Amino acid sequence: MEDFVDAFFNLDIIRRASPILWSGLLQTLLLAVTVVPVGAVGGVLLGLLTSSPNKTVRRSFALWTDFFRGVPPLVLLVFIYAGLPFAGLDTGAWGAVVIGFLLNTSAYYGEILRAGIESVPRGQVEAARSTGLTATKTMGLVVLPQAVRNVLPDLVSNTLEVVKLTSIASVVAMPELLFQARQAQNATYNASPIVAAAIAYFIMLWPVVRLISRLENKVLVARR
Amino acid sequence: MADSIISARAIWKSFGELSVLKGIDLEVAEKELVFVIGPSGSGKSTLLRCLNRLEEPDSGSIRMDGTEILEKKVDINAVRRRIGMVFQSFNLYPHMSALGNVTLALRHVLGLPRDAAEARALAALERVGLADRVSHMPGQLSGGQQQRVAIARAIAMEPRVVLFDEPTSALDPELVGSVLQVMRDLRESGMTMVVVSHEMAFARAAADRVVFMADGEKLEEGPPASIFGNPRHERTQAFIRQIERH
Repeated sequence: MEDFVDAFFNLDIIRRASPILWSGLLQTLLLAVTVVPVGAVGGVLLGLLTSSPNKTVRRSFALWTDFFRGVPPLVLLVFIYAGLPFAGLDTGAWGAVVIGFLLNTSAYYGEILRAGIESVPRGQVEAARSTGLTATKTMGLVVLPQAVRNVLPDLVSNTLEVVKLTSIASVVAMPELLFQARQAQNATYNASPIVAAAIAYFIMLWPVVRLISRLENKVLVARR
Repeated sequence: MADSIISARAIWKSFGELSVLKGIDLEVAEKELVFVIGPSGSGKSTLLRCLNRLEEPDSGSIRMDGTEILEKKVDINAVRRRIGMVFQSFNLYPHMSALGNVTLALRHVLGLPRDAAEARALAALERVGLADRVSHMPGQLSGGQQQRVAIARAIAMEPRVVLFDEPTSALDPELVGSVLQVMRDLRESGMTMVVVSHEMAFARAAADRVVFMADGEKLEEGPPASIFGNPRHERTQAFIRQIERH
């Protein structure tokens, strides 16, 4: 038992690792507040394109969405960071992360939003258009607000996944939380920093998890 | 008719193989209440929806105040501004209050500033007897109240004509009266209306003209007294008999 505590919950090691764990946490937060908005904006765009009345547009971007949901994000990131320079496009670590998450995350947000847009009854569009509202204003004022409301728990849930996924930025040598924890683990031959990182993730994301549960209940009540 | 607001000629419409409208004509004069009746599947709702191009007719001509609205270059949003529509399932925006439902087009189509839009919306809601429900959400209103908000949403735009697509069909029987009362008040105020509905008693009492449709064609039209009292076409006779039995 003592060995176990020593290997996973060694407070002395955690204390010594805490400066680099802290810097890793800040890096993870910085990544999250960068890639979530980028992915969300891209997702709205993709959601609109995959709901387009134009069949060619709709199908092309549905294929695009499928592709980037299918490609493992880690592979995508490595490809952009290490592969594209051979094509003369050196994005740097941040560039690779932003592009990679834009492609991956927007595909997921986009697919959720497309489902949300489809869940809004046709009569809503007809009512709005019958008053003379343009198609664009109908989408922005009538359809999208309802679509977002209908899929809000899924959107928040996806955001949670995206924050956890920022740990793959370590493959392009970004010193995020999990990367720093592993550095500390290698230096100390002890897993406690990893456990500390896991606890940090949990503390950071637990409020979001609670929020999802509350939203899900609310949506269920609203649908009654 | 010289004073026609709407003059639809030879409207054809099919959905795939199915011909729903077979060269139908419809005239609507200023301040007239035209009632369109007929068995289900006769194309009456489709005809109504063609009038503001929620359905696109395959061919024909629809003139509104003398302007051909089926032409490609016509600004359909400008046309729809002057044609109100009330739907069977109300189609209120569930994420907005009653007031929000009515002000949306006032602000974003007519471009009224917020206070002007709200003043006009309040007046419209008052006209349908819902001055005390302005900040309620649609989900907090009864079906009859929701439909009256929908009517307020249509008339607040001060349209030339309001189209009613089975406005009472989705309502519980005890709520129908309040909606019909609002429609009667509108008629008295001189609003031009085209109504697709099964409310025959209302048609008898309030309509200027009744159009009977079957299988995408207009079989007969005339004042309610003659259509209900002395129908000429045998399908009209059969339809009226069937309705009267209920």
